[in-house]
Amino acid sequence: MAGMLTRSLLILLLVSGEAYANFTINMPSGVTDISHKVFQLHMVVLWICVVIGVLVFGVMIYAIIFHRRSLGHKASNFHENTKIEILWTVIPFIILIAMAVPATITILEMDDVADSDLTIKITGYMWRWHYEYVGTNVAFMSDLSTPYEQIINRAEKDEHYLREVNNPLVLPINKKIRLLMTGNDVIHSWWVSELAVKKDAIPGFINETWTKINTVGTYRGQCAELCGAKHGFMPIVVKAVSEQDFAAWMQAQQQITVEPHQ
Amino acid sequence: MTSAHSHPGFLGFIKRWLFTTNHKDIGTLYLWFSLIMFFIGGMSAMLIRAELFKPGLTLVTPEFFNQLTTMHGLIMIFGAIMPAFVGFANWMVPLMIGAPDMAMPRMNNWSFWILPFAALILISTMFMDGGGPNFGWTFYAPLSTTYGPKSTDFFIFAIHMMGISSIMGSINIIATILNMRAPGMTLMQMPLFCWTWLITAFLLLAVMPVLAGVVTMVLADRHLGTSFFNAGGGGDPVLFQHIFWFFGHPEVYIIILPAFGIISEIIPTFSRKKLFGYASMVYATMAIAVLSFFVWAHHMFLTGMPSVGEIFFMYVTMLIAVPTGVKVFNWISTMFKGELTFETPMLFAIAFIVLFTIGGFTGLMLSVAPADFQYHDSYFVVAHFHYVMVAGSLMAIFGGVYYWLPKWTGHMYSETLGKLHFWLTMIAFNITFFPMHFVGLAGMPRRIPDYALQFTEFNQLSSIGAFTLGLSQFVFVYVIIKTIRGGVPATAKVWDGAEGLTWQVPSPAPYHTHG
Repeated sequence: MAGMLTRSLLILLLVSGEAYANFTINMPSGVTDISHKVFQLHMVVLWICVVIGVLVFGVMIYAIIFHRRSLGHKASNFHENTKIEILWTVIPFIILIAMAVPATITILEMDDVADSDLTIKITGYMWRWHYEYVGTNVAFMSDLSTPYEQIINRAEKDEHYLREVNNPLVLPINKKIRLLMTGNDVIHSWWVSELAVKKDAIPGFINETWTKINTVGTYRGQCAELCGAKHGFMPIVVKAVSEQDFAAWMQAQQQITVEPHQ
Repeated sequence: MTSAHSHPGFLGFIKRWLFTTNHKDIGTLYLWFSLIMFFIGGMSAMLIRAELFKPGLTLVTPEFFNQLTTMHGLIMIFGAIMPAFVGFANWMVPLMIGAPDMAMPRMNNWSFWILPFAALILISTMFMDGGGPNFGWTFYAPLSTTYGPKSTDFFIFAIHMMGISSIMGSINIIATILNMRAPGMTLMQMPLFCWTWLITAFLLLAVMPVLAGVVTMVLADRHLGTSFFNAGGGGDPVLFQHIFWFFGHPEVYIIILPAFGIISEIIPTFSRKKLFGYASMVYATMAIAVLSFFVWAHHMFLTGMPSVGEIFFMYVTMLIAVPTGVKVFNWISTMFKGELTFETPMLFAIAFIVLFTIGGFTGLMLSVAPADFQYHDSYFVVAHFHYVMVAGSLMAIFGGVYYWLPKWTGHMYSETLGKLHFWLTMIAFNITFFPMHFVGLAGMPRRIPDYALQFTEFNQLSSIGAFTLGLSQFVFVYVIIKTIRGGVPATAKVWDGAEGLTWQVPSPAPYHTHG
């Protein structure tokens, strides 16, 4: 505990360095082209803000240090200067346009769901996710698999505490996957930050978005819209596999699903 | 002089405070009410932070946790911040414009006395069968309609009462400012605080009925068999969000514009220099108010709007950065080449400028729709709105209290204790809320009672900061009570750089001024 505390305080003091190697302080750059773009956009806007902040606060700190009564500074009597006032209206406006252009391009790209290779229908329930591979008979519920003992602190918490499920969503890499989202009862929101996908699952609506994963791996997220008592307990696990592995997995799933009916 | 306002005994106390139509009394009532609500809302925040101190469910159930977040939001917004600003308006607007009282003193009494009852009803829901409202202060349907607890109806009634109170309060402020200015004082000569409140009051008039409408629709869906928001009956859950945020976004500015006004009074006083651009400040405030009606759907980027909608709301939201920037630049230009001193109100005002601007920066980041898909409903948003509402509105309120306390009580507060309160608040605030940016970016959603292990350290830091922040506020209460009871007598002018009618009446301001 004390160790953690010291470590936390250290981070606050040393914003750079190795101290925070164990946990992230920034948005992940993710594993899709879109998530990289979103990350870059985030960083660009962040740095613009940092630069403006340094300049504006710099002027203020200068005034605080040098224009104080205790140094004998006397107040000047200037006010209203149309030139300056026009400048500080126009310059921010130009900066905003510079931000809006790449943002608009990215939005249009994110909303373009055409030409997908595979469609998954995601339904939010209180409090679990249902995945349906549209056009096949593969469909299943995905529930939190963290044992209750861990939640009530009667057992050691494992590495992926609250972010592990019994049936992950298995997706192939390098394929454009269309994601359809809806809610069965209340509004949920499906969020995996490595994919830069977050979309509300709303009863009566079918929302769509898409992703194309570049890297094999397991990506974790959770419901982002308050949906009742167990809102914090409906995680999302996406297992991205190679195309061959995906084909093999689909075949196995179809057998499992089909068998009971034979 | 026979003082009409001193009545002995309990009955006298009731007569004085329950029946009062005096703007100073009512201002005082609003401010005390706000302080009490601030502590109740703060207590729920302490419980939230205690639960989040470590992973696992430790103190409260997830059901109760959701009630706590809901109550914390509702009480802080409708109970603490809004009434505090109305309290300032009651006290200061007549003093600033040279009016003997508010335009409608009896309605003024009513608009205050509705509030404690509304608050009692709201708080009582926590003890009802089935628990209190548990759907967040935004009460999205169908979580609040089909799935809301029974107490939701009491919540709706409380919101209605608060809305009526706000509407009457704003009518009164508008009538006072437009009709009761001292002869010769044009609108463009009013102190900026009056301007920001005038604009805020119009915002309130415009959007409180919308809030009343949406809670009434929730009530109808719950009991009258309508399906406004029920997809199963042909309704539309997203419609709820459109109506709610059409109220909700202007509400954000209702909460910050009076703070801009307070800061615009404090900065010139302690810089001993005129506000750099009075007219541009007024126009910037108007611009913010107008834009606030065209940005509501930036709270809804995830609901599946068409691309054109996302782009429109992104552009207009970004645009708000321009008038907000004008304000910040104005305050800093006012300080530049001034003759600065750093009494407690000035410290809070400077902290306001820095921290509110940081909140503004994260607001700009949030306006960028593709990035908002990542930030939305994460702790990044929690950090953002606490930077604008706590470091913004609340710090302005603290600054305003220290600034005008000598005028209200006739005594100077203890500068040492004031500064202690400032530094504790300033440091604890940042320890509490800065790490929330990090956990949010790393993927922690808001409104969860338990979290994955990688968020532990920052949450602990936040909790430690929050407990410190909470405890520090007792210093504030102590300073206020101590100042009311006595202290160095304040002069009429109080601050050597202060200007305006307020500072020409004696301290404490007599029961009836500008008669």
